[in-house]
Amino acid sequence: MASGLAGQMLAILAALALAPILSGWVAQCRAWLQSRSAPPLWQPWLVLHKLFLREVVLAQGASPLFSAVPFLVFACMVTACAIIPTLSTDLPLSVVADAVALVGVLALARVLLSLAAMDIGTAFGSLGARRDMLVGFLAEPALLMVLFTAALGAHSTALASMVDVLAHRELAILPSLAFAGVAFTMVSVAENGRIPVDNPTTHLELTMIHEALILEYSGPHLALIEWAASLKLFAYSCIGIALFFPWGLAANDSPLALLFALPILVAKLALGGAVLAVAESVSAKMRIFRVPEYLAIAFVLAVIGVLVHILLGS
Amino acid sequence: MNDLSTVGLQLIDLLAAVSLLLAFGLLIQRRLTALIDFYALQSLVLVIVTSLVGWLTGQRHLYLSAALTMVLKVLLIPILLYRLVRRLRLETSHDTLVKLPATLLLGLLLVIFAFDVARPIAQLSTAIASGTLGIALAGILVGFLMMISRSRAISQVIAFLAMENGVFLAATAVTHGMPMVVELGIAVDVLIGVLILGVFLFHLQDAADSLEAGGPASPTARLERSGPETPKPRKARTQTP
Amino acid sequence: MNALATLLIAPLVGALALAILGERPHARVLNIAASACAAGAALALALEVFDSEPILAAGETFHVDALSALMLLVTTFVTLTTAVHSADYLRIEVARGRFSVGQQRIYHALFQLIAFALCLALSANSLGIMWVAMEAATLATILVVSLDRSQAALAAAWKYFILCGVGILQALFGTVLLYMAAERVIGPDEGALLWTHLAAIRTRLDPQIITLAFALLFVGYGTKMGLVPLHGWLPDAHAEGPTPVTAVLSGLLLNVALYALLRCKVLADGALQTPVAGHLMIGFGLLGVVLAACLLGRQRDLRKLLAWSSIEHMGMLSIAFGLGGAAATFAGLLHLLGHALVKSGLYFSAAQAIQWAGTGQMAGIRGLMSARPVLAWSLLLGTLAILGLPPFSLFPSEFMTISIMIQKLPWAAALLIMALILAFASVLLRVRDMIFGNRVQAAVAASEPLRTAATAIPALLHLALALCLGLVMPVTLQRWLQQASAVIAG
Repeated sequence: MASGLAGQMLAILAALALAPILSGWVAQCRAWLQSRSAPPLWQPWLVLHKLFLREVVLAQGASPLFSAVPFLVFACMVTACAIIPTLSTDLPLSVVADAVALVGVLALARVLLSLAAMDIGTAFGSLGARRDMLVGFLAEPALLMVLFTAALGAHSTALASMVDVLAHRELAILPSLAFAGVAFTMVSVAENGRIPVDNPTTHLELTMIHEALILEYSGPHLALIEWAASLKLFAYSCIGIALFFPWGLAANDSPLALLFALPILVAKLALGGAVLAVAESVSAKMRIFRVPEYLAIAFVLAVIGVLVHILLGS
Repeated sequence: MNDLSTVGLQLIDLLAAVSLLLAFGLLIQRRLTALIDFYALQSLVLVIVTSLVGWLTGQRHLYLSAALTMVLKVLLIPILLYRLVRRLRLETSHDTLVKLPATLLLGLLLVIFAFDVARPIAQLSTAIASGTLGIALAGILVGFLMMISRSRAISQVIAFLAMENGVFLAATAVTHGMPMVVELGIAVDVLIGVLILGVFLFHLQDAADSLEAGGPASPTARLERSGPETPKPRKARTQTP
Repeated sequence: MNALATLLIAPLVGALALAILGERPHARVLNIAASACAAGAALALALEVFDSEPILAAGETFHVDALSALMLLVTTFVTLTTAVHSADYLRIEVARGRFSVGQQRIYHALFQLIAFALCLALSANSLGIMWVAMEAATLATILVVSLDRSQAALAAAWKYFILCGVGILQALFGTVLLYMAAERVIGPDEGALLWTHLAAIRTRLDPQIITLAFALLFVGYGTKMGLVPLHGWLPDAHAEGPTPVTAVLSGLLLNVALYALLRCKVLADGALQTPVAGHLMIGFGLLGVVLAACLLGRQRDLRKLLAWSSIEHMGMLSIAFGLGGAAATFAGLLHLLGHALVKSGLYFSAAQAIQWAGTGQMAGIRGLMSARPVLAWSLLLGTLAILGLPPFSLFPSEFMTISIMIQKLPWAAALLIMALILAFASVLLRVRDMIFGNRVQAAVAASEPLRTAATAIPALLHLALALCLGLVMPVTLQRWLQQASAVIAG
């Protein structure tokens, strides 16, 4: 059990450190694509630093839940990042939670955030909570289906063993993963509040989802939530990488393997972030009423992925 | 069977899956020009599958079939359709999709049905890519769904062509293509059919035009409402900071 | 061999020639001549095939057995009489300025093209070629239906194309599966789609594949045949375009689709060893008869009325062939023959009535008996014949079918009889008004050159043949029918 401890610690630390950088990288790429002068790569870290130094301003009538939620959400995201095989597949924590539980952890964070948003009782909070739940309850089944597709191939729902099987199978192409890949991309765009579902940089009341949720937070609370949001993007990117591009992960705890895995991960993330930025730059944000359609498409594609696997795989 | 052909087989399955993916893309796409692009792409997938099967089985006539598909369905028919869309001034117009989630779920049911029907047969087949049968059948049924869920004439034409692609995918993967004479005949029929439909679309437009001068909406006017449409409200585009 | 070549080449050459000089007055004669050549060739072919072995020609490309010879005979004969009728029809339409030069060319060329496609479909050995020919015939009829480019015609043609296109694609998929099933038995060569090979190995075809294949083929060719849930295109397509082609459409194209379905049914029966295919045909046939009987009374357009009657008769045929066995198949073939003759004859009469009244609406056609007695009689007798009244051949065929059905499926037979009575009443009511009703208006075209006596000849000829079949069937023909039904019923 202790064998993977170093890998596990390194994975968590990498997640904590790299997540804001990934957000910064996407923002930087977008700025380049839009011919703006780009913020530095570590801009999110600077923002976090600034926010942590400020004091907390609590709204009147805020319950203890409101103050507790940032910590809980942050904990959820760290847990999620800990059980996703980012650097190695030998993770001591991965026995704690499998793919289904991972979706549950992500859902828990969402519910907590929505509760906190409604706790204050402002109109924006409730609106954001409602929209976020709408996206969430449509996206989660699709995400589950994507994970099931991969799980069917690996005969296990534990993420680490799933990725292990996917990474070490013979040179084989799984058609079901084509569907799962498209569905997963759509879901992660929706879940992370990127264009075309949500715009992370807008405060326009007609369209915002995520920003409306966290409007009442300030100081270190806000910092934690922003950090958690970056972690969520990081987690989704890593799930995508782990499922669809699993090569280059360390199978054991040897320092050399981990040392190799880290740059590979960074390279893959950089590529993924750049693709995300391009996709965001070329697409227009859709109307909120189209979001259910969009997620229904993702769900149907994910289910077809499962079906294709059943048709071809056995 | 060596590694190379195993990869080839899996590639065929993958391409068939991509073809089904494109069929769903056709089902949910609103923009007419994008529909044509998707169709051309689906045909291209068919070309690759056909040449791949030809390479794996060593049947020369499949290359000919692939070339025919390439010329006809990847180049000629999409170009004709593009010209049609341009002549009818439909480049920017959208097809209406009512109840998209319901249509999608129906599509899902069709896929389940197709897979269920094809499974026992796929296991019998001695052909190299037997699993493709179910995917092809699903593609045909999804094309059928598109046909009945669309109101625009040109979308219906594309749905028809997409179904035809599905049939050819099945024919290629399951039986290594039909005899060459039959394939030629089918190709000619399809080409003539598309030409006829193109002529029809023009005349339907004329009919609709003369209709707009006065008088109640007729079936044809509903079938193909022509000319530049009233621009729809643009999608809300958020400002970039 | 020579007869077969003539049969196929005559319409093809005719089509080419007529495409060039289709607007000349003698083009109508050329049209008749080409059709006559084909009819003569078909007769020669029939004499060659009946009472001897089936013909295989051009390698194994063409195959004519008793069934296809019989169908070819009917097809070419009706094409010939239609060409005669169409000459007269066209003369009047041209005189009224309704047919432009281009339209005449297109019309004539397509007429021969349809004839060619039908003959090809009937004589092809490969089921793939049969499919291609069916599709070609469909495309040609679509063009004819939309000939006058009116909105209604275009809408009807569009519906026709889309519905039949979807249907025919299912049939293509079914053919692919058939090929797959045959390939498993005789290996991947060109022979796996040839009827002669398929029929030889039909008991060894895989039942699972054949079940799916037949379902698809049934949907495909059933759409073309106008079986009920897929009949939507049929009434509209029959109500548009020049009426002579409607006669071909109704009297021949539907039959050829049925022929294709029958070929597939033989294979399915052989492979499955269960009467599933037959039950499918009986069920949908019954549905067709019942629905048509209910809707016949609501028709306002004469050609649509006749089209619905075609749907009814296609249902009837489907039942007869679905019942299977020598007797029911014999009855089915007799019915097919009678329907082809009487229905096309009725369309000839209808064409003249419509030309006379200047409208296709039945409300506008009144008092034919006093104005055009010969036409009125041919319409009336035709109606009585199509409704299955005794002296005509549709009576014995329907009678045989129903009596076999009473033995096998009594409850369905009761339903069928009720539907037939309902159809009888509603059609007769409509036609009575047209023939005996009071003239609501002076006929538009009273002064037009309508030589009723001469123009009624094709229609009356068809009726006479149906009468002859019903009263005293020649022994030769009876033997031919038996041989043809042996192909289907084994």
